[in-house]
Amino acid sequence: MAGHCLPAVELTGSGRPVLLPNEIECYLLSSVDLLSEDDPSNSFPHLKSGILILTTHRLLWLLDSTTATGSSAFAIPLGAISYVFTPKKSLKSMFASPRIRFQLSLSSDGRVSASGSISRSVVVTIVIRGKGDSDVFLSKFLESWRSRAWELQSEPSSSSGSGSNTSSSGMFSSDGTLRMVGVSGILRKEQESWENTDRSLQEAFQDLNALMSKAKEMVILAEKMRLKLLASSNSQTNETNDEEMGSKEEMQDWLLSVGIISPVTKESAGALYHQQLSRQLADFVKIPLERVGGMINLIDIYCLFNRARGTELISPDDLLQACMLWEKFDVPVLLRKFDSGVMVIQNKSHSDEEVFVKIRMLVLKPDALRAGISASDAARTLGVAPAMAKEHLLTAESKGLLCRDISPDGFRFYINLFPDINQDDMYLVKDNGNYASWVRASHARG
Amino acid sequence: MQKLGEFKLPHFFNYPPYFTLQPVRATREKQVQLWKDLILDYCRTQKIFVVGVDEEFPLFSNPAIERSLSHEAREAFLSALVSEGRAEWMDKGHKNCLILWYRIQDWADIVVQFARDNGLEDGVVTIEELRSGTESQGTELHGIDRTILNRALKLLEQKGKLVIFKGTSADDEGVKFSL
Repeated sequence: MAGHCLPAVELTGSGRPVLLPNEIECYLLSSVDLLSEDDPSNSFPHLKSGILILTTHRLLWLLDSTTATGSSAFAIPLGAISYVFTPKKSLKSMFASPRIRFQLSLSSDGRVSASGSISRSVVVTIVIRGKGDSDVFLSKFLESWRSRAWELQSEPSSSSGSGSNTSSSGMFSSDGTLRMVGVSGILRKEQESWENTDRSLQEAFQDLNALMSKAKEMVILAEKMRLKLLASSNSQTNETNDEEMGSKEEMQDWLLSVGIISPVTKESAGALYHQQLSRQLADFVKIPLERVGGMINLIDIYCLFNRARGTELISPDDLLQACMLWEKFDVPVLLRKFDSGVMVIQNKSHSDEEVFVKIRMLVLKPDALRAGISASDAARTLGVAPAMAKEHLLTAESKGLLCRDISPDGFRFYINLFPDINQDDMYLVKDNGNYASWVRASHARG
Repeated sequence: MQKLGEFKLPHFFNYPPYFTLQPVRATREKQVQLWKDLILDYCRTQKIFVVGVDEEFPLFSNPAIERSLSHEAREAFLSALVSEGRAEWMDKGHKNCLILWYRIQDWADIVVQFARDNGLEDGVVTIEELRSGTESQGTELHGIDRTILNRALKLLEQKGKLVIFKGTSADDEGVKFSL
């Protein structure tokens, strides 16, 4: 594809496009072609049968394939679209695949450009071969294109720095408000910022719609609060007591988990819902998985995922379906069902062997030889939840590494000595091996 | 090493999982095998013929490690002996189990050997004498379970090596050898 005019889009590990800050997905269509019929230089590629994602900032086209390579996703910035043609209703269009055409500006060097030197333009046609609703798509397309969200992009960062116009001097700042200096100025500024915070909190909670429109600000606020907390806990470690520290850390955790900015919803993704949800989930679980050592309970992920999605909650069934779809995609995680029925998400690279090695080391310690280990002992060593540790122990048992002991003391596991015991001479203890070390350990008790 | 009366217990008798029925197949097979051998060994040396599933049986609990076999486990190990022909359930409810550390055929051979040793090739002897008479003192037949002895004698009767005749009471049932 020489002379390619479209910028490539970076994809996540699970094949979802990496979105820009504040970019939100609005609609997804499957089996979409993109082509230009009147492009003399052939710089616009003929893209066949892919997924088209409409976001607030761009049109993204992805090759609809599980074996997608890095260069198979392209973006058209909505800013580069100069005109959208309204499709003519005709008898012919009733039977053909719906088409939507728009005019795209190109710069002099043949690339798509949103601003600056526009040398020429091409007409691009979207051919919707799939089942998606083209009318809904068109209205969303127009809505996104007209709302020009990409232009607002840089504003929040500049507004967060308001009141610090360092270039101006004197009693008045450049915007005409009274400028305070010294301690009273700092106090005043602090007061103002508190009032602002208060106001945005109040407004946000007035109703849900207001909350939705405030969501972006809230995320920014949350991030700011987190940074502040972080800074103050660093500087005041000596003064704050443990309880405060605890609550601050908790608060930080909460604030950190605010935030899938563009959750995949049934409304936006339609038929592609589960597939896209599945990919988004695969990206999402990466961080929690790392934190807990490569395996996490499905229920925990359900809570974390829905908390991050905010108001766009998904049902347990949707989560399960999304996880089951992972088998079909090239994602680094998988759903695993234990014999007990417990379902977990684990990294593909996570190996039971590693866990078994750790369990074996634990269970061969003299104390453990004598008295066995419980699920909570294993949980401490493996750094996982006791319920998860028990699953590991049961798996190790089924592999013949351990065997169980059920008594009034509880459910414990021992190293499996049965294979080491000589069947023909039950009194024989071989000099080396686990049986001998166990005999030694149990004799040490007295 | 721990002992149960005169009986020397193997090391693994103090291994707690030995007293829990293992769910994993390979492990369980080995566990069952070890239990079968231990029960037969113990019964032979202690001359125990009947094991009650729910009654006190020294092997079924180990006070040193505070473990004892569950009802399910006891029945599983005894059933394994039954399926190998080394034991028989005495009732349908599987409450008591006859342990055959010698098979019935082996017991029959022992009876024949006893008759030969005591010049009874054509003689007559009561069944009680076989079990507890002065001649049987010090032989394997001494104290043999009545059920097992009857079974062995019936086997010999079928082969025509003796005739069982009934007396006035169960005590004077006797046999006439014809070896």
